[in-house]
Amino acid sequence: MTPTRKRRLIVVSLVLVAVAIAAGLTALALQQNMTYLYSPSEVDAGHAPEGARFRLGGVVLEDSIARSTDSLKVDFVVTDRFHQMPVEYTGILPDLFREGQSIVATGAMQGDRFVATEVLAKHDETYMPKEVADAIDKAKDAHRVPGDTGG
Amino acid sequence: MNILTLWFHKLGSPPTFYRIAGWLMPWCYGLALVTGVAGLYGGLVQAPADYQQGDAYRIIFIHVPSAWMGLFGYFFMAANAFVALVWRIKLSEVLAMASAPAGASFTFITLVTGSLWGKPMWGTWWTWDARLTSELVLLFLYLGVIGLYHAIEDRRQAARAAGFLALVGVVNVPIVHFSVNWWNTLHQGSTVRLFGPSSIVPSMLWPLLLMAIATHLWFFGTVLARTRTGLLEVDGGKDWVRRIVLADDAGPSAPAASERSHV
Repeated sequence: MTPTRKRRLIVVSLVLVAVAIAAGLTALALQQNMTYLYSPSEVDAGHAPEGARFRLGGVVLEDSIARSTDSLKVDFVVTDRFHQMPVEYTGILPDLFREGQSIVATGAMQGDRFVATEVLAKHDETYMPKEVADAIDKAKDAHRVPGDTGG
Repeated sequence: MNILTLWFHKLGSPPTFYRIAGWLMPWCYGLALVTGVAGLYGGLVQAPADYQQGDAYRIIFIHVPSAWMGLFGYFFMAANAFVALVWRIKLSEVLAMASAPAGASFTFITLVTGSLWGKPMWGTWWTWDARLTSELVLLFLYLGVIGLYHAIEDRRQAARAAGFLALVGVVNVPIVHFSVNWWNTLHQGSTVRLFGPSSIVPSMLWPLLLMAIATHLWFFGTVLARTRTGLLEVDGGKDWVRRIVLADDAGPSAPAASERSHV
């Protein structure tokens, strides 16, 4: 390798290392700021910003969905299986919204209720046909593990 | 000089690469079409519907391979830019700049299909979570490289400047890939894993992998095609280009190519 090429190789590699360190530090700094959502437990503990809008994440509690008959208003309860939070929303819900589904609701606290202006469904990375999912559920029921809530 | 480096030097010479690329290109396109049709048939017709998302999940057969290509294309571009910056190999400069439009297109497809899927499934077209934002940054990096390359008159200087930007932007590639692990995102985690079990049934996995092969082949097909025209442009005044141009001077593009060589 000629000296010129060696010098170029060193310079380019140093630039790459410097940029990687800068990006790493930025990512670390953002880690604290980039809280996409708060869980009901965190809200109960007072970690969520008061009087401001934030995202509430959790699972829709089974048998908690109550739809209004004359409007698009929906009441349901979001839980992280430790704490529960009643949520109120007016609008069209995403297709994946159902009981036991992870959701992310954007809104603010009004008293001890969370009034959402947007409800998003969070999907997991598992893909399988319905028959397989049913079979897995059956197997889970058969070998019920204590403490496994299936959420 | 041993045989391997000799072969490498030969491959790196523009006339040889021009000839080999011309021979490889139709194979890439042809095989891409065959695997693509098979993958789409397997994904859209044969694969069963998902237990949660029904038929809407089928967008992954376009979305996921495109996303992989967006990242792979960037890595390929940056690796070539690195070689071009250190060793000043003309072919690497042209290869790096040829992969930018292809990678940008795949990234654009990823963002559009993801948005179309996000509206019915998540309930929103767009959200500023880490995965979506870093993918958008990836598209802007591609556009920046393309823009910078075309803003400078001299082709070789342009390739060097744009290559430097491409190289600096490569830090975004791991951020896109690991964003779903590092931060709490709305976007789900990786389904197909290189190491460890994938959380997808085989009947859905094989069309996805076929589509991945198809997009890779298509990517290399377009990169080879763009590299060929790029080499003609960079080597405009050289003998081998003159010979090619004179060989088919019946075409209307022949005078334009020889004219440009004198600039």
